[in-house]
Amino acid sequence: MIQTEALTKKFADITAVENLTLNIPQGEVFGFLGPNGAGKTTTVRLLTCLISPTSGRASVAGFEVGRQNIDIRRVVGILTETPGLYDRLSAERNLEIYAHLYEVKDIPGQVEKYLRMLGLWSRRKDAAGTFSKGMKQKLAIARALLHEPRLLFLDEPTAGLDPEAAKLVREFIAELRTAGRTIFICTHNLDEADRLCDRIAVFKSRLRVLDTPAGLRRDLYGRKVVIHLAGEAEPYLAVVTSLPFAREPEAVDNKLVLGLEEPEQHNPDIVRALVAAGADIQFVGELRHSLEDIYLQIVSEEPAGE
Amino acid sequence: MDKVKTIMLKEWAEVFKNRLVLFSVVFLPLIFIALPVITIVAVPTGEEQVEIPNIEEETEIFPGMEAYCADLSGSECVVVYTLNLYTFMFMILPVAIPVTIAAYSIVGEKTSRSLEPLLATPITTVELLAGKALSAIVPAVGATWISYLIYVVLVGVISGSQFLPFVLEPWWLLAIFVVGPLLTFLAVCVSIMVSSRVTDPRVAEQLSMVVILPIILIIIGQSIGLVLIDQQLVLFLGLLALVLDIVLGYISIQIFQRERILTQWK
Repeated sequence: MIQTEALTKKFADITAVENLTLNIPQGEVFGFLGPNGAGKTTTVRLLTCLISPTSGRASVAGFEVGRQNIDIRRVVGILTETPGLYDRLSAERNLEIYAHLYEVKDIPGQVEKYLRMLGLWSRRKDAAGTFSKGMKQKLAIARALLHEPRLLFLDEPTAGLDPEAAKLVREFIAELRTAGRTIFICTHNLDEADRLCDRIAVFKSRLRVLDTPAGLRRDLYGRKVVIHLAGEAEPYLAVVTSLPFAREPEAVDNKLVLGLEEPEQHNPDIVRALVAAGADIQFVGELRHSLEDIYLQIVSEEPAGE
Repeated sequence: MDKVKTIMLKEWAEVFKNRLVLFSVVFLPLIFIALPVITIVAVPTGEEQVEIPNIEEETEIFPGMEAYCADLSGSECVVVYTLNLYTFMFMILPVAIPVTIAAYSIVGEKTSRSLEPLLATPITTVELLAGKALSAIVPAVGATWISYLIYVVLVGVISGSQFLPFVLEPWWLLAIFVVGPLLTFLAVCVSIMVSSRVTDPRVAEQLSMVVILPIILIIIGQSIGLVLIDQQLVLFLGLLALVLDIVLGYISIQIFQRERILTQWK
């Protein structure tokens, strides 16, 4: 659905996007993570043909960026960083204007469909300026979906929303995912990315890493197992250290933490060895690093010269 | 064309909810109609007419007055002279109205950050610019033409056929129906250029009002006898507006490009 090759965008001396190469298949929910000023919004603007690349190439939904811009705009929907609604106009009128611009065939039908879907139908005649932040965001999402785009760009979809509104928006995105749409999400919300995205790219002017959330954890920290014991773990550290497949075991209070290549295969051996040594095991689990740990580690790894 | 119409109707729905814009489109033409009408009513006619004793002196100060006043009495001459001045004031409308609409339409959209989603739609730059420009041009030209026609009708009704020919001179028709729209387009171009640089619609409006300055200077010039509003002046103004329209129109199109709007408009 999205393919880029060495896509680069420079503004005078500043390189906002450098050699970005991506391949996002149809139906994927793709998370685009990065700190403020990393070039996320610039990337979205490049892919939605709002600005043109300095070098490199990109194709979106089979159309070439720079040559078939109108075709691309027809098949993508975009939720910009701020809702950008016409505050003096009603919710319904806001959507009707965009439905005309997107050449929607059944305008009243589509407007009603998305106003109902996002719970705004009863407020359709009210001016958008009277809406809460969450409602405005939902209206902006409805606007992005009116023309049934094959690809949806969501720039910070839950930024500034209260937890309840953010949850509603996330649930809606999850619904869109099941409908088979390709979704490109720029977000700071790592938990959101973790829960919604099939793959995650960490970006800071250029692509730092790209993998599934599980893959990022594995690549960065390896797989780790934590074993909770009934008493102090220290006396049993020697038991696990003697096992050839255990990596960097350590005892913390009543827990033993160790790295394993294949926990599914080796966990039974560890449990047997510990029980044989007299340990009372309460439970065994996999240690999951939060995406926040991973993200912070990646963005803090500045390559030489930066 | 459908998209141009959509943009135009959207602009009207938005900007006409703003009282300042509504004031400029409705109230200004009313003032320009009322002033000359009051003048005609106030000037004595028929037996009440008075001769201005030093008409020669007056025509020395206002050299063109002689041309206006051939075969007219002193008070009639004053009315014709004043009507000329007031008719020229209708040239303020095609400039003042679009400046207000365009300032609120473009800067308003910029400050509410609604331009980016709009630019992401499959609308061409030309369609978008045309929609925005027409939303300012149509009410301005419409208000000018309608108010001028009302003015002509009222002059006819109040003065009979006495003063009507003076406000229906062919060069006045040229001024209102040709030079007026040219000035409107010029005002829109200036507004686009100014709007790209400011973030407050009122500032944009005030800066764009610089376009009115030549019109005001001509009115003052005639009032103090420096300039004469006549056929030559209207033709010169029309030609100047045409040249500036071409130059500033080109610059406006260059300014109104997606990338420039998103990355350079402050």
